[in-house]
Amino acid sequence: MTAVVSTPASSAPPAHLPLLARITTNRLFEPVVVVVVLLVGLFAIPSFFDSYWIANFTQLAVFSIVCASAGLLYGRVGLVSLGQVASYGIGCWVTMRLAFATTLPYPVLLVIGGLVAAVIGVMIGLPALRVSGLYLALVTLMLAAGMEIVLERTGFPNGGTGFKGVVTTISDIKATRRPSFAGTDVAYYRFIVVGAFVMFMLASYVLSRKPGRAWASIRQSEAAALAAGIDVTRYKLWAFALAAFMAGVAGGLYAGSVPKGMSIDAFNRQSAIFLIAVVIMGGIYSLWGGLLGAFFATCLLKYLTQNVFGHQFWTRFALSLFGFGLLANLIQNTRIAERKGVEA
Amino acid sequence: MIDVEDLSVHFGGVVSLDQMTIQFPEGACGLIGPNGAGKTTFFNVLSGFVTPRSGRVVAMGQDLLSMPDYKRARWGLRRTFQTEQAIEKLTVFDNVATVYEHSTRSGKAGRSAAVEAALEFVGLTDVAQQTVRALGAKERRFIEVARAVVGSPKLILLDEPAAGLPDAETALLGGIIRSIPERVGATVILVDHDMSLVQACCDWTAVLDFGRLLASGPTAEVLRDRNVMRAYLGTEEVA
Ligand SMILES: Nc1ncnc2c1ncn2[C@@H]1O[C@H](COP(=O)(O)OP(=O)(O)OP(=O)(O)O)[C@@H](O)[C@H]1O
Ligand SMILES: [Mg+2]
Repeated sequence: MTAVVSTPASSAPPAHLPLLARITTNRLFEPVVVVVVLLVGLFAIPSFFDSYWIANFTQLAVFSIVCASAGLLYGRVGLVSLGQVASYGIGCWVTMRLAFATTLPYPVLLVIGGLVAAVIGVMIGLPALRVSGLYLALVTLMLAAGMEIVLERTGFPNGGTGFKGVVTTISDIKATRRPSFAGTDVAYYRFIVVGAFVMFMLASYVLSRKPGRAWASIRQSEAAALAAGIDVTRYKLWAFALAAFMAGVAGGLYAGSVPKGMSIDAFNRQSAIFLIAVVIMGGIYSLWGGLLGAFFATCLLKYLTQNVFGHQFWTRFALSLFGFGLLANLIQNTRIAERKGVEA
Repeated sequence: MIDVEDLSVHFGGVVSLDQMTIQFPEGACGLIGPNGAGKTTFFNVLSGFVTPRSGRVVAMGQDLLSMPDYKRARWGLRRTFQTEQAIEKLTVFDNVATVYEHSTRSGKAGRSAAVEAALEFVGLTDVAQQTVRALGAKERRFIEVARAVVGSPKLILLDEPAAGLPDAETALLGGIIRSIPERVGATVILVDHDMSLVQACCDWTAVLDFGRLLASGPTAEVLRDRNVMRAYLGTEEVA
């Protein structure tokens, strides 16, 4: 709590603010930035970068959705979940399987992949509801590990038949089909950018409504939320569902970006921990943090490995530093949560 | 009327409420007692955060303890917290709107009007669109009261609502609390260590000490009670 001095009442920012502050506090500032970022993503990046970097930006766009979903859970509801990578993997698997098995339009596949991930995300959320902070992180990490084992057994569909849809001969491996209007790498990149935009808009819409307000209450104090009549369990599950849906759609978008044969590396435990680390680095409260975290995890990391550290070792070292930051943050939050529980 | 019967709460070896039996009349009631007397514990039982070992609480004919915790707000229970809990990230308006939309069935219809009425009641209309983070202690405490009166509450529990406020603001808050029964139509139970606030707001007061009911009745009489004076500070003078 800050000063006891009350702020004078006024809704418009005072005129004597510095120019920069006046611009950033303007109501139109954020929508304008969103449009600019979208235009840069759609048009500037494809015309300035070669195919190597387009591949990295493609990853960035996909990953930004996953980061935003984890940031939403952590920053807006106070749930540290390491299960978002599992939802990402489920969405990817379902979209791939249906892409080979059906002729449904790609956006429909994405929605189905997201919905399946959401249903499973709620099931993951159920046992996790009783715990919080570090304990929730551990429970969801176990679930992520379980998911990794399942994916190791099933593999990713690559054009085969049966439930798993896996072929046995290498020459038969097929890439996941892309939407007819987004066949080339650049076009598919743009498709992902639009997909990410839609997911961010969805998250931002929900956050500005009744669930967003309920989540803000829960994050601050579950006791106060219950006293305000908020069904805390239901709204936590709703958050798990939305976050898993977003990550699932991201997985579906990722499916079409991989040339042939999906590796499970993107969906293992290390990825789950790495994800939460970059999410915390990017900032968990604002959805912009998702974009920033994804930038750290993809483009910046590639750039640093290539041009600064010169070796994977140093990049990994940097990662461990993130990890320590994460741990410190988690422990502190758990303590705060425990203290709150006593006071309430 | 709130009818509390044989209410006991134990935390391990600590007896926080010891067979508390009392009837709170309608209007504004005080609940006082030294630190650790069990006042907050009593509120936590009413809120459903603490399960009592024994006892019943019947408020306006409704058995409160049989209701799930989050549904009590919909029935008409509201409370504020000893450590103020206005939601930092939301605007003042949204703070109050959140309580309204989760504790009434009327949905969006009438929401703005109800929230504005609550803000006007506590005098926060001017800062409605500001984020709580930017506001000071006084506004935060008053937001909590606005959250408590919005909708149609039946029973409002105020846990040291004036803690940390200077005298002038406490007096202002006292005026607001005093007018709740008449203007909002709810019964108020006010916990505070500030006897002048309790005296100003409440015609009737109960005293807890070590989880036991020490005295209850008209506020002026209760504050003159010898046992009550001894419980406080061990002296004959109550601030
Ligand atoms: N969750 C809990 N676990 C263990 N003991 C508790 C818990 N809540 C309260 N107590 C104990 O119960 C007793 C009553 O505490 P309570 O908070 O109800 O007092 P209070 O009357 O509100 O005091 P204060 O005026 O200081 O706020 C204290 O001894 C306290 O330590
Ligand atoms: Mg207390």
